[in-house]
Amino acid sequence: MLRYALLRLLGAIPTLLLVIVLAFLMVHAAPGGPFDDERVLPTDVAANIQAAYHLDESLPQQFFRYMSGLLRGDLGPSYRYRDYSVSELIGRGFPISLQLGALAMALALIVGVSAGTLAALRQNKLPDRIVMFFAMTGISIPVFVIAPVLVLLFAVKLHWLPAGWSGVTGPAKFILPVITLALPQIAYIARLTRASMIDILGRDFIRTARAQGLGTATIIRVHALKPAMLPVLSYMGPAIAAIVTGSVVVEEVFGIPGLGQFFVRGAGNRDYTLVLGIVIFYATLIVSLNLVVDVLYGALDPRVRRR
Amino acid sequence: MLHAMQHNRLLICIVALSVVAGCGGSGGAGDATSILHRGLSTEPESLDAHKTQSIQAAIVLRDLGEGLAAYTANGELTAGAAERWEVSDDGLQYTFHLRANAKWSNGDEVTAEHFVFALRRLVSPDTAAFYAQFLGDVRYAKAIISGAKEAASLGVAALDERTLLITLERPTPYLLNLLTHPATFPMHPGAIAEYGESFARAGKLVTNGAYRLVEWIPGSVITLRRNEHYWNNAQTAIDEVQHHVLTQEMTELARYRAGELHITSSVPPDSFAQVRTELGDQLRVFPSLGVYYYGYNLTKPPFRNNPELRQALSMAIDRELLVEKITLRGESPAYSWVPPGVHNYQPTVFSYAPLTQDERNNIARGLYQDAGYSEEHPLRVELRYNTSDTQQRIAVAIESMWRDVLGVKTTLINEEFQVLLANMRDREVTQVFRSSWLGDYDDAHTFLSIMQPENAANMPGYVSEEYDSLMERAAGQVDLDRRRLFLEEAERVMLADHPVIPIYFYVNKHLVSPRVLGWGDNVLDYHYSHHLSLKAAE
Repeated sequence: MLRYALLRLLGAIPTLLLVIVLAFLMVHAAPGGPFDDERVLPTDVAANIQAAYHLDESLPQQFFRYMSGLLRGDLGPSYRYRDYSVSELIGRGFPISLQLGALAMALALIVGVSAGTLAALRQNKLPDRIVMFFAMTGISIPVFVIAPVLVLLFAVKLHWLPAGWSGVTGPAKFILPVITLALPQIAYIARLTRASMIDILGRDFIRTARAQGLGTATIIRVHALKPAMLPVLSYMGPAIAAIVTGSVVVEEVFGIPGLGQFFVRGAGNRDYTLVLGIVIFYATLIVSLNLVVDVLYGALDPRVRRR
Repeated sequence: MLHAMQHNRLLICIVALSVVAGCGGSGGAGDATSILHRGLSTEPESLDAHKTQSIQAAIVLRDLGEGLAAYTANGELTAGAAERWEVSDDGLQYTFHLRANAKWSNGDEVTAEHFVFALRRLVSPDTAAFYAQFLGDVRYAKAIISGAKEAASLGVAALDERTLLITLERPTPYLLNLLTHPATFPMHPGAIAEYGESFARAGKLVTNGAYRLVEWIPGSVITLRRNEHYWNNAQTAIDEVQHHVLTQEMTELARYRAGELHITSSVPPDSFAQVRTELGDQLRVFPSLGVYYYGYNLTKPPFRNNPELRQALSMAIDRELLVEKITLRGESPAYSWVPPGVHNYQPTVFSYAPLTQDERNNIARGLYQDAGYSEEHPLRVELRYNTSDTQQRIAVAIESMWRDVLGVKTTLINEEFQVLLANMRDREVTQVFRSSWLGDYDDAHTFLSIMQPENAANMPGYVSEEYDSLMERAAGQVDLDRRRLFLEEAERVMLADHPVIPIYFYVNKHLVSPRVLGWGDNVLDYHYSHHLSLKAAE
């Protein structure tokens, strides 16, 4: 078992290396550089800055400089946030993005499954129509439209919630971003749950349970919910992906200092080290998660180990 | 499954708690009278003044530090860390007398040596400061920047604890303006020696201005608090300043309307008319030192050696229509290169400025034909601009004006900002490109100097012996009125060559809460927090 895990670990290294090389080449291939601005620098000054940040070296030299830092666990200083290191920015941004994503996912599951179940139980009646109307709306309206509408309503007009993030103490600042991020997912999950619940509720074993005199609540909780959840579970992968990409927009709109915001601005500013750092961080995260899944599969199914 | 359910319960609790706690948790603008909330459109690159070049970094640094000179709320030059100064008759030596009570945020005295230290650090190649050339006329500064001389040879000397002598290579009438800029602020040598590269972080940075740095959350907010040791602390009303980094204009506006900001850095164009109606005199719009222009690539056909064509395209643009219908934020049409309102300067305008647009169009058609173009043989030109709604709208409008008046076939090419910058600098593929210039100080020189051949910001590649000789003669003048005449004549010569199409002059636009007192509109758009105070909430 240990041998299998180690082998898989070794296999992950070339993948990561390839990601690093490609990402390095791509950020450097983009026109412009981290210190370009409409306010053009005098030639001598520009040369001094290029030298100070080693941008006057050849690309292979820069690559080996970067790699030798990376091997020591140093992602380098950010070119745009010059008082901060890339590791520090990731360390600050990731927990915020993670909290945001986890809360949005939880909200989407709770509200989506409840609404979907309600709609299934009152199929083609008013509650069903209402839930499906909102679900359709939630799917159709993009995040960058929902966010300003929510802000206008709850922050500007009603003054119930803060409109932004910075300088706001307490968890209130999470509410609007989390709702914005969760809304489209709530809609999807509600539709999936409804369809699957209607299917399950028509099955023989549910009829048997009813015949035994069980109440609706018990039938849903004990018998129907678990099998009805299967399509929702398989939708979790795409949902997490949607929340990660959606968080980039939400962080930008609400001014949240998460990793998505650093990534987008890093790309625009040609902050080579910051973009590379975040790419490497995400790649490592994905490779490690895959590794864990593979090892778990191996633990559960001996056939996988032998292959 | 059980584990997953417990996990879910935990998350439900968190969400529920968030909802409950939400009602009392907002730290908005209404909470305390002494906390000022300001919007900042981009994050400062650093709070080490030598590692920055953005306007936004300078805004925060002006709250933190103080140069030899400073500005009043209305934009008039005044004493800063120096209480007075003398200038020699030849305009080459400035002697500054520092205030006896000028102190750092750690209580140390601000001495002349601290200025010497900072200015040497500014020009040293090891620092690689973005604004190194800012003091290029100080003796030996240029040689030091290029590595030919030691930083210690810079023409800046501490005559005693409180007397500083700056020696120039040639008269620089705008020197005092430069000395209000954060790049020329003093630095605390002890703090830099102790903390090295990270000296500009919260908890380490030592400042000599009205405020000190308390916290900086990247991508979010920079918090400053009163510097008890500041010489004018008694007159400083606001205890804490929060500079909120808000890159989206719409987000900034929403936060202002929700009462979370006192001052915005801008106003989004799409909401401008609505804001003007709804918020009335909270909207402050006033002239700025900035010009929005289209540049020609003068090194390649069709614009090389073709002033008639350049003039024709320039005249065919209806600037009044553009600012009224497209830019929408009170900008003024540009018929000169230097904006109006620059100190001791009267911009020269295009000779055609007094004509109506119809008259201009007629002349433009004649020039277009003289340049060898006609309906059958139209000019085909590429217009490059950076991707943004406003740029797009302006480009589309100009494309249609050129087509309707002259029959020009324009291809619009939008490029990501960094790509456009690289193309402008290379002058390989560009023909017409969008750019802008924002003045660094209140003097015509900041605009006119960029058209000199050695200036890296001379994007069109404009070269004119007559212009250069006029600029040189202006540079040697101590007599301000004579200098002004040379500069005005240089602008006239340059405009007649049409290396650029000035389109409009920017305006500064802010929303300022009625609670903010002491605000002054000024072309430089400098609004030091220590000039402001907050009225108690109603």
